[in-house]
Amino acid sequence: MTATATTPGPRRARIIGKKAVLPWLFLAPGLLLALVFKFLPMGKGVWLSFFDVRPFLGDKWVGLDNYTRVLTDHRFQDAIGHTLLLGVGMSLGGIVVGSALALLLEGQARSLKIIRTAVFLPVVTATAVVGEMWRLMYYPTSDGLLNSGLGLLGLGPVPYLDNPDTALWATMAMGIWMLAPYNMVIILAGLAGVDRSLYEAAAMDGVSLRQRLRHITLPAIRPALGIVLTLAAIRGLRVFTEVYVLTGGGPAGSTDVWMTRAYTLGFTRNDIGGASAASVVLLCVTLLLTVTVNYLRKRGDVR
Amino acid sequence: MSAPAIDPVRTPVSATPARKSAGKGRTTPARFDTALGWSDRPGPAWALRVLLCLLALGVFAAPFLTIFSGSFSEKASGSTLSFLPHHPTLLNFQVAGERGIWDYFGNSLVIAGGGLLLQLAVCTLAAYALARHRFRGQALVLTLFMLTMMLPEEVIAIPLSLVLGHVPVVGVDLKGTVWGVILPLGAWGFSVMLLTEFMKDIPTEIEEAARIDGVGELRMLWQVVLPLCKPALGVAGVLGFIMIWDQYLLPLIAAKDPTDYTVTVALSILRTDPEVGSGVVLAGAVIALVPSLIVYLLLQRSLVTGIAAGATKG
Repeated sequence: MTATATTPGPRRARIIGKKAVLPWLFLAPGLLLALVFKFLPMGKGVWLSFFDVRPFLGDKWVGLDNYTRVLTDHRFQDAIGHTLLLGVGMSLGGIVVGSALALLLEGQARSLKIIRTAVFLPVVTATAVVGEMWRLMYYPTSDGLLNSGLGLLGLGPVPYLDNPDTALWATMAMGIWMLAPYNMVIILAGLAGVDRSLYEAAAMDGVSLRQRLRHITLPAIRPALGIVLTLAAIRGLRVFTEVYVLTGGGPAGSTDVWMTRAYTLGFTRNDIGGASAASVVLLCVTLLLTVTVNYLRKRGDVR
Repeated sequence: MSAPAIDPVRTPVSATPARKSAGKGRTTPARFDTALGWSDRPGPAWALRVLLCLLALGVFAAPFLTIFSGSFSEKASGSTLSFLPHHPTLLNFQVAGERGIWDYFGNSLVIAGGGLLLQLAVCTLAAYALARHRFRGQALVLTLFMLTMMLPEEVIAIPLSLVLGHVPVVGVDLKGTVWGVILPLGAWGFSVMLLTEFMKDIPTEIEEAARIDGVGELRMLWQVVLPLCKPALGVAGVLGFIMIWDQYLLPLIAAKDPTDYTVTVALSILRTDPEVGSGVVLAGAVIALVPSLIVYLLLQRSLVTGIAAGATKG
């Protein structure tokens, strides 16, 4: 009796041992890469943000000096404003234009599918390429593409990117242009889920188009809108390539955002400590935003 | 256009079938198929829709035409953009070639190809473990992979460039090599999530049958699970390619000198070169644009499904 009970023991232990190791073997490459190229840099960034980094003299602990320096620097304060304005403008503009596109291009007809395919092109195009395109469209003389359009309306040429007053808005327009078709796809998926019989019933009750959109369509696509807004907000916070390619932060720092500022500080001025502190601030805000949104969405799911 | 057009409408959560017109038995667009109640019969509303569609095409698609035409124009500048090239020529591409655009393009191809292969391999292995095994710390691993999505290159750029210059423990300098771009792209949380969710839906009976036949874990993944995952691999592949091709900051910080740049980063070199005109920059932009365009037109269904899935899983 005892013999039969004990013999499977070690064998099972060996099998369990093998079974326990196996998933980790499969996970190892991914975890290793994430560790070395994501989490280690993150930790290193947090660590360096407390130091005055001096390449040959050794790093010096400065506590929170980098943070106070970054947060009190007026160029960084301006950059916060630009980042928020750009993020909010791009997110809201992207949603408004994306919804309009989705409502316009909803349908099964083959011609509509082809139009959707064409309208989606900005999303798959690399940001750097889009930047070059828009630089040319924003050509400041009166025979530039967009300015000649304005000329037809009888308006003077606008030096879009060369004027500190217009550069940020011009960047925002490009951001909306890139974001709107992406939102369109998500909102279209939401629109497809609307129960058609509700539309029919509403029509029989003589409901106006506006009421129909407000009371049937909007509630149905609200989850999609929530997702789109979250994605856009997080993307807006870490906006870099758009600005770097289009204006490089200029003219006169009028389009400098948080990340271009940090980049300049770290790579051009070699202030690794300050740049790290700036990155950590951005990281904290991003994490906070993501966690809050996830919490709100989970609560929404339950309800 | 012969490529299948994007069709998010076909992948709804709970779509009702299109209304059947009485008697005929085939589907026709009806008044209640769209939120705005567009009609397909000629009339004022129909004309308005056509007009608005043309406007949308003009705003979102026409700029691409001007870019293509500009790249083939003999004298292109910001002030001579149009839909048809003036005096069509390949001179711009020739000059761009002399400035090394094809070398940059080669860098891009190596990075996109290698990066995508590594990403798919790494993420498939991880997803298989997460979907098919129960082990301690599973939730933690999942959270770690999700965190990788919240740590984009922008946020960790400065310390990442230090790590690339001297990888800890092994002490290798990855700067100036394609590995400096490829390796950081390996673990992409989005692909791990997507593939995990997909693998969970594959019935385990197939695997159990194979296991009884004595199939080992690696062969199981390669010969049984992967062939069933083709749709998900397609989605992860398209989105991964577009994500890698769009990389800007990573190739910038991983490069030792400009010859290491990818084609998207190299556009800025062309632009700041005083001797080349806008036409050459446009030729470079077209070269950088074509691969993602091809991938998109071939696999757009996967792309759209992926965006909708990624949005709901987030």
